[in-house]
Amino acid sequence: MTEIFGVPTQALFGQLLIGLINGSFYALLSLGLAVIFGLLNIINFTHGAQYMMGAFVAYLLANKAGLGYWWSLALVPLIVGATGVVIERLMLSKLYKLDHLYGLLLTFGLALIIQGLFRNEYGTSGLPYPMPAELSGGTNLGFMFLPNYRAWVIVASAIVCLGSWFVIEKTKLGSYLRAATENPALVQAFGINVPRMITLTYGFGVALAAFAGVMAAPIYQVSPQMGADLIIVVFAVVVIGGMGSILGSILTGFGLGIIEGLTKVFYPEASNTVIFIIMAIVLMFRPAGLFGAQK
Amino acid sequence: MPRAQKIALAVMAAFFLLAPLAMYPIFLMKAMCFALFACAFNLLIGFGGLLSFGHAMFLGTAGYATAHAAKVWGFPPEFAILFGTACAAVLGLVTGLLAIRRQGIYFAMITLALAQMIYFYYLQAAFTGGEDGIQAVPRGVLFGFIDLSNVWAIYGTVFVIFMAGFLLIYRVIHSPFGQVLKAIRENEPRALSLGYDVNRYKLLAYMLSATLAGLAGATKALVFQLASLTDVHWSMSGEVVLMTLLGGLGTVFGPVVGAFIIISLENYLAQLGAWVTIVQGVIFVICVLTFRRGVIGELGSWLKKPL
Repeated sequence: MTEIFGVPTQALFGQLLIGLINGSFYALLSLGLAVIFGLLNIINFTHGAQYMMGAFVAYLLANKAGLGYWWSLALVPLIVGATGVVIERLMLSKLYKLDHLYGLLLTFGLALIIQGLFRNEYGTSGLPYPMPAELSGGTNLGFMFLPNYRAWVIVASAIVCLGSWFVIEKTKLGSYLRAATENPALVQAFGINVPRMITLTYGFGVALAAFAGVMAAPIYQVSPQMGADLIIVVFAVVVIGGMGSILGSILTGFGLGIIEGLTKVFYPEASNTVIFIIMAIVLMFRPAGLFGAQK
Repeated sequence: MPRAQKIALAVMAAFFLLAPLAMYPIFLMKAMCFALFACAFNLLIGFGGLLSFGHAMFLGTAGYATAHAAKVWGFPPEFAILFGTACAAVLGLVTGLLAIRRQGIYFAMITLALAQMIYFYYLQAAFTGGEDGIQAVPRGVLFGFIDLSNVWAIYGTVFVIFMAGFLLIYRVIHSPFGQVLKAIRENEPRALSLGYDVNRYKLLAYMLSATLAGLAGATKALVFQLASLTDVHWSMSGEVVLMTLLGGLGTVFGPVVGAFIIISLENYLAQLGAWVTIVQGVIFVICVLTFRRGVIGELGSWLKKPL
């Protein structure tokens, strides 16, 4: 068996693949957080719970309505995104004039409620979600065996991330969004319905989280706690990347996933903490984050 | 101290002195430990404007250090508590140097992430006993002649620690240092232009808050004779935010009242399992949407006296 740095290539590429998968989720979630933060100035603590809801709604669609993975991939972001719209209209919209910290506290409370409700109903053990038949099996690349579903997760999340980047940075709709991030009052004076844009932006960010949740369902089991610890890692990712740039948060997400995977190979004891350690180092040398604007 | 606050202080002291006649002492000691924890947290958010979402790391670290010192090294309780508190202070210095480099929402995320890192460390470290925690910690004999296995001896000790911590915080927020902190909270650039070394003030406030949170954790470890992962988990960090928010951010007595309400609630809802989390979440939402001044804040504005 071939080795690199004394590590069998199979294990190395295997962990790299897991790292890329985790990175895909970090990228999707931190992208959603960055988009929401840009316009609402709120850190969405509910993001992890909404990711979990994505997985659960897919599970429920499969078990109660007989709708498979592909239906879920299309419907779940819409359903969970709609709940996000309701949350924004009923609660978050009341907080825009206050200190941003209240948004964090409100969404933290919502996360507790959502996670508690699901835990009451489904317990803490994971529920299985079947892999779509079209993507079962795998491809032998010569140096490693690549399960098709995992390849699909990486490609799909890269496409969704880059698509969001394109819409925000290169289209007219995106230019309204960026303008409203800079100066909402002025944009409103030009006759653009900024409050509605804010609502839809929150819904979109939530939909991204739900999309990630559906994709995660066949890999990790569906459980009420699946988003709780993940969101803290994603916060660290956001601090490392800085929330100033969309592309920055995508790159940081994938990059940190890979680093985490490599840590599992070379120093497994630190694999849980490596992202937090990187965060500490980045804070020492570039407090605004790798892609954030220094102020 | 204004008269209203003097009365409130007397009421609080009298309550904790007389309450054991009617309530379980162990429950009251738990309430006092959490009240001190919440007061320490309130020092940072209420007067420094810094929302820490990782305060559990100080509570838990001091708990583990105290439990380890008392059980494995055989420290007497006064030194075990001192050692635990000192560990929390050092952790406060290290994490503070990192966290104060960003403000507002980033500060909250950074403290949360650092606390999670500490949590994973304790989860893996051998001396913490993993999921079991450090159990059967000896309470020992305080100053060589007060046997803390007697429930009234430990109750008195906890009461003295709580009151001392509370009065220290009161003194700090009404000192020139506390006034500068408030100035920084209200307008950081202006405080900076007046010549105050803003970062040093913030770091000091952060360390002080960490140390007092550690004192609460150290005391709690001796009361329950246990140090466990629960005290370092992020949900504990959330809980102390909730206690302070419910009682009233930036009020003197609010955190004590908030801690008492939340601890009683958990006591009564304990058999309902996950409902505790849901109720906590609902209180969060209600407080943020309609009750931002908290119980004591509302009471104070109704009496037109700051409490």
